[in-house]
Amino acid sequence: SFFSRYIFCVSGDFVKVYSTATEECVHILHGHRNLVTGIQLNPNNHLQLYSCSLDGTIKLWDYIDGILIKTFIVGCKLHALFTVAQAEDSVFVTVNKEKPDIFQLVSVKLPKSSSQEVEAKELSIVLDYINQSPKCIAFGNEGVYVAAVRDFYLSVYFFKKKTTSRFTLSSSRNKKHAKNNFTCVACHPKEDCIASGHMDGKIRLWRNFYDEKKYTYTCLHWHHDMVMDLAFSVTGSSLLSGGHESVLVEWRDAMEKNKEFLPRLGATIEHISVSPAGDLFCTSHSDNKIMIIHRNLEASAVIQGLVKDRSIFTGLMIDPRTKALVLNGKPGHLQFYSLQSDKQLYNLDIMQQEYINDYGLIQIELTKAAFGCFGNWLATVEQRQEKETELELQMKLWMYSKKTQGFILNTKIHMPHEDCITALCFCNAEKSEQPTLVTASKDSYFKVWILTDDSDIYKKAVGWTCDFVGSYHKYQATNCCFSEDGSLLAVSFEEIVTIWDSETWELKCTFCQRAGKIRHLCFGRLTCSKYLLGATENGILSCWNLLSCALEWSAKLNVRVMEPDPNSENIAAISQSSVGSDLFVFKPSEPRPLYIQKGISREEVQWGVFVPRDVPESFTSEAYQWLNRSQFYFLTKSQSLLTFSTKSPEEKLTPTSKQLLAEESLPTTPFYFILGKHRQQQDEKLNETLENELVQLPLTENIPAISELLHTPAHVLPSAVFLCSMFVNSLLLSKETKSAEEIPKDVDMEEEKESENSDEENDFTEKIQDTNNKDLGEDIIHQLSKSEEKELRKFRKIDYSWIAAL
Amino acid sequence: RTTSGAEPESARARGARSERGERREGERGAAAIRCVAYNNHSNRLAVSRTDGTVEIYNLSANYFQEKFFPGHESRATEALCWAEGQRLFSAGLNGEIIEYDLQALKIKYAMDAFGGPIWSMAASPSGSQLLIGCEDGSVKLFQITPDKIQFERNFDRQKSRILSLSWHPSGTHIAAGSIDYISVFDVKSGSAVRKMIVDRQYMGVSKRKCIVWGVAFLSDGTIISVDSAGKVQFWDSATGTLVKSHLIANADVQSIAVANQEDSFVVGTAEGTVFHFQLVPVTSNSSEKQWVRTKPFQHHTHDVRTVAHSPTSLISGGTDTHLVIRPLMEKLEVKNYDAALRKITFPHVSFHSQPLQRVSLPRLECNGSILDPENIICSCISPCGSWIAYSTASRFFLYRLNYEHDNISLKRVSKMPAFLRSALQILFSEDSTKLFVASNQGTLHIVQLSGGSFKHLHAFQPQSGTVEAMCLLAVSPDGNWLAASGTSAGVHLHCTVPAYNFPVTAMAIAPNTNNLVIAHSDQQVFEYSIPDKHYTDWSRTVQKHGFHHLWLQRDTPITHISFHPKRPMHILLHDAYMFCIIDKSLPLPNDKTLLYNPFPPTNESDVVQRRTAHAFKISKIYKPLLFMDLLDERTLVAVERPLDDIIAQLPPPIKKKKFGT
Repeated sequence: SFFSRYIFCVSGDFVKVYSTATEECVHILHGHRNLVTGIQLNPNNHLQLYSCSLDGTIKLWDYIDGILIKTFIVGCKLHALFTVAQAEDSVFVTVNKEKPDIFQLVSVKLPKSSSQEVEAKELSIVLDYINQSPKCIAFGNEGVYVAAVRDFYLSVYFFKKKTTSRFTLSSSRNKKHAKNNFTCVACHPKEDCIASGHMDGKIRLWRNFYDEKKYTYTCLHWHHDMVMDLAFSVTGSSLLSGGHESVLVEWRDAMEKNKEFLPRLGATIEHISVSPAGDLFCTSHSDNKIMIIHRNLEASAVIQGLVKDRSIFTGLMIDPRTKALVLNGKPGHLQFYSLQSDKQLYNLDIMQQEYINDYGLIQIELTKAAFGCFGNWLATVEQRQEKETELELQMKLWMYSKKTQGFILNTKIHMPHEDCITALCFCNAEKSEQPTLVTASKDSYFKVWILTDDSDIYKKAVGWTCDFVGSYHKYQATNCCFSEDGSLLAVSFEEIVTIWDSETWELKCTFCQRAGKIRHLCFGRLTCSKYLLGATENGILSCWNLLSCALEWSAKLNVRVMEPDPNSENIAAISQSSVGSDLFVFKPSEPRPLYIQKGISREEVQWGVFVPRDVPESFTSEAYQWLNRSQFYFLTKSQSLLTFSTKSPEEKLTPTSKQLLAEESLPTTPFYFILGKHRQQQDEKLNETLENELVQLPLTENIPAISELLHTPAHVLPSAVFLCSMFVNSLLLSKETKSAEEIPKDVDMEEEKESENSDEENDFTEKIQDTNNKDLGEDIIHQLSKSEEKELRKFRKIDYSWIAAL
Repeated sequence: RTTSGAEPESARARGARSERGERREGERGAAAIRCVAYNNHSNRLAVSRTDGTVEIYNLSANYFQEKFFPGHESRATEALCWAEGQRLFSAGLNGEIIEYDLQALKIKYAMDAFGGPIWSMAASPSGSQLLIGCEDGSVKLFQITPDKIQFERNFDRQKSRILSLSWHPSGTHIAAGSIDYISVFDVKSGSAVRKMIVDRQYMGVSKRKCIVWGVAFLSDGTIISVDSAGKVQFWDSATGTLVKSHLIANADVQSIAVANQEDSFVVGTAEGTVFHFQLVPVTSNSSEKQWVRTKPFQHHTHDVRTVAHSPTSLISGGTDTHLVIRPLMEKLEVKNYDAALRKITFPHVSFHSQPLQRVSLPRLECNGSILDPENIICSCISPCGSWIAYSTASRFFLYRLNYEHDNISLKRVSKMPAFLRSALQILFSEDSTKLFVASNQGTLHIVQLSGGSFKHLHAFQPQSGTVEAMCLLAVSPDGNWLAASGTSAGVHLHCTVPAYNFPVTAMAIAPNTNNLVIAHSDQQVFEYSIPDKHYTDWSRTVQKHGFHHLWLQRDTPITHISFHPKRPMHILLHDAYMFCIIDKSLPLPNDKTLLYNPFPPTNESDVVQRRTAHAFKISKIYKPLLFMDLLDERTLVAVERPLDDIIAQLPPPIKKKKFGT
């Protein structure tokens, strides 16, 4: 924003407003029904923000209060938005007419009207054949010209002369200029100078471009990979550039020798923006992070979502202490991600090595991780395999230190196995006095590691050593799993499952289905602990009874993910078929599933996890009972984290919640939508269980009257006397919600509608679920509060027009 | 085919040569370029090398080197400039100012400036005055008189050597770059008006001294300086303040040249990079302009010691011996072959004079072992192999070669006649009885050789009025005809061949037919029948048909033409990169045929061969080819000069970290 107090970030259908000082999300501007593609401050009123979306509307927001002022309906999909101070009543958008790959930059005249929804149909084409990305268009020198790049062209349109100059770089025919493509463009704010970024890492500064013949350019070359974004500082004295090197480069006075660096930003820089006041820079990164950087190139704040840059090898885990989701984060790191607050708690550096980003370089990968002993221990495996025979393997065991509130490296085991480790599990039984870890490897062995005393005369210490090595007929060990009480260990060797006694490490029995390699293996829990489940690669799910040592049942199911719920007997399995992934929830004791959800995702689901709820839910509906004590999260191939929730009707429509398009140009947190709802749920839970000692503050958000009261700007509110009774009433009434056994449905009607619409756009969700299970008896209380709300709304509407008239 | 038999031979010759090594050649090829000076009036470029050689290139005539002044060990040039239109001056560390006679191809006079080694020289904008900067810190002004220069006065003496000089375009002030500072002098009073101290700091580290390698005085009073700290700085001469500083290199910036319009200039750095700076408007509607660094060019591996700025191109030369002419695309109207980058690796003319004819190839190094501070202009070995003649700028040498029982003895023929002082070209007749000498007075002498003595037969005086030196000779095998060509266009026989616009690069007279084949710098080849006194039919056909566009786009001129004694239809010619046999009996190629498809593979049928065959058979396998001729009917001798060898002899370039290594 103008005074660098807020930073705006497009996140799916929403625009998030963060405070630059506290890194907190202040507002979420929602109202668009499709992906938001561009945001710009209103150049004529710096307290307002324009946003455009694929739904064909441009909306004007008051971002300080988080309210929508106006909507301009353009009609076609809008791909980028630009504003120029000089063109007062029009904005520029990129639209896509006829052909799919050809975009035009058009200027849209915004009609002056007091109504909230205005049609803006007056379009005039400025530039044709441009790139879709907003990074490829820039307005220069107070809107005198606009520069757009695409492939090997730089087009400059002069508004006064109404002429376009086009400059072409020699294309890929020449080997030397093989990667000459333009990637981004920026214009000097004071001088006639256009900076363009290129695929080969060069930055070209174009000058004298009025003349198609006499133009000239300078090259700045530091980046070795493509330049992702460019930005000039407010005075134009320096140019910022960033790319895959994750280094922010500041070129001072546009001189090659005069440059400053801010290195080690963690991930590819996707966007760079400069605050209008000039004191802050801001970079957004491919790992779902926004960094706020001070003018002197010091990082001052980080807004970090779930890192989703790279492939996930470790799977999803829950840290038993923080209840945070743990998975691969930055290269060589484990990230601890709080599902409740959509924030990264911290990064644990496993590799402890500088990451060198270079295409084609084989990196060390963190392949496995497991928590043990209630979060006291963490085991990690990292491997690097350059050739078939050159495997580097390292296992690290980390101890939780209460003093530092973090994990400390305890034991480092070089080459724990001769071949890749396929599975890793701790014995999590409560009674076990000695922490035990089992690793299974392709080298046909499984090893048992125990914690032993490693004290010497200098210090008292503990360390891990190998206690037992087991194998079965030289088959590759593919999986291992401890039973709930820790008495039994199941290890699968390709097609055979072996059961070992964890006291004596004796082979107890074997199960063999001869139906393909075992892909997943898990014991039943609680009442079903006598069952062992195994899923094979060719689509057979088998359940063995450990007491009778016989096959209880088996089913044909191509299981991709099998995850037991730690708090119940339930086991969730996700199967993969050509049309999508299906979820089955069942108890090992009976082969009939409790719950089936078809088509949860079109993509392949890679990992899943049950997250225990802090406070158990009480779903009466049979189909949802499995969600009472834990919530199921799963991660798809495009790294969208999705969950099941059942709360309000809108969410029933989309049990999978929302998936954001993994569009690169958007620094989105694809989970915020879920989590927004999740938070709502949490709040509702609080609402229901008032005896909970937790802070009551979030409660107020759920009572519409109060939220209206608090969120409406003070100057548009009616007098306090008028509001008082309403306020008190609402408080009184909300108390009764608790007694009502129904699930409160306190979502604003209008919002419901909107979300429904937006959910319908999310066409991937298929709904086979009947919606009969919820008794949606309308609460009188809520009716009341709604009518009050409507009253309030009237006030607001009046005031809106007044604002618009300004 | 001739060539298939000849090729292995040439390869063998190449192998033999690399064993033997050619020191003399190597030294000449490796002389670094020290200065270039561009003459706007005649579009010519003077290039001086560290061995004192000065070459003059005609940029209009396809960048052909048309004149050449041999160097002298004691005459290392440090500065070169054109004055009064067409007069060329050089100054060097021996403290002498030299003027060259461009007509007679000799040094007109040398004059001691009495200021110690001269580091810099600049001619006034009017061309009437010459300014030199000396080791002792003095700046001396000379008046240029029609046939000499005359010392006028000294300016205020400075503390250290004057390394660079520049005139203000109005001629009232000059800027002089010295060590650590730049001074501005008033020409009228000769006093230093301003002194601007240059920052010694280099990337935060204080270097010992900051040498101002070059200055340029612009008409608006701005002085641009380049220095050893890698900076290009803009100064306001009125106030003596620094306006802007561009740090462009980690090493010295050694040279600067400004365009006449003062809208662009070029600097050369010790890293081998040439940077172009342009004056561009800040915004489209304001008159304010600023200098911005635009394009870097990396055509050199070593120091760029000197740069020049012609209206359409940037010219640079340096330690790596290459002369690079980089055209400015925006200044050219049409994008034809003139718009391409030219890199001149070898001087063209100096290798004309390396005939190597039917000698059993004894060790020619004895030639190089003759200790002489002067460079050889030309040399020749007689066809019989018993005479070797060569000439330096001041003396003519003739040796008799005796070859008995593997012993080679060289005996110098003493008592050369007075008229044989210095020769531009020497040639023996086919039967080795006559010696033809083109002297630098424009006269052609014919000397009869018999036994150990010689007799002056005849002297052709130059045509009345011209003193133009002849630098190319060709004699017919029957000894009846002698052709000579001057530095400009035109070939003289007893009669004169019709004039052509471009200078002659090579010529030869064919045996039996007495056809004169002439190659011009624009890559045209003519055949002129001497007995009939007109161009031959084949030549007319070629002119009508036109040459292949790739042939015309070759970079280097044809430096030698010879004939096969048994195949009258063949003309053998070569330039620095290819060897070509023109078969006059075959059809000419048109633009659609493949020019460089010289010898179709033998396994193809005769029909295909016949269809694809055309008159030009070209072999491009050679690394820079200096000389190639038939030794006998079946043997070709090729003399190559691999660039790698030249580079290996150069001092190591500045180490730069290359990304990814």
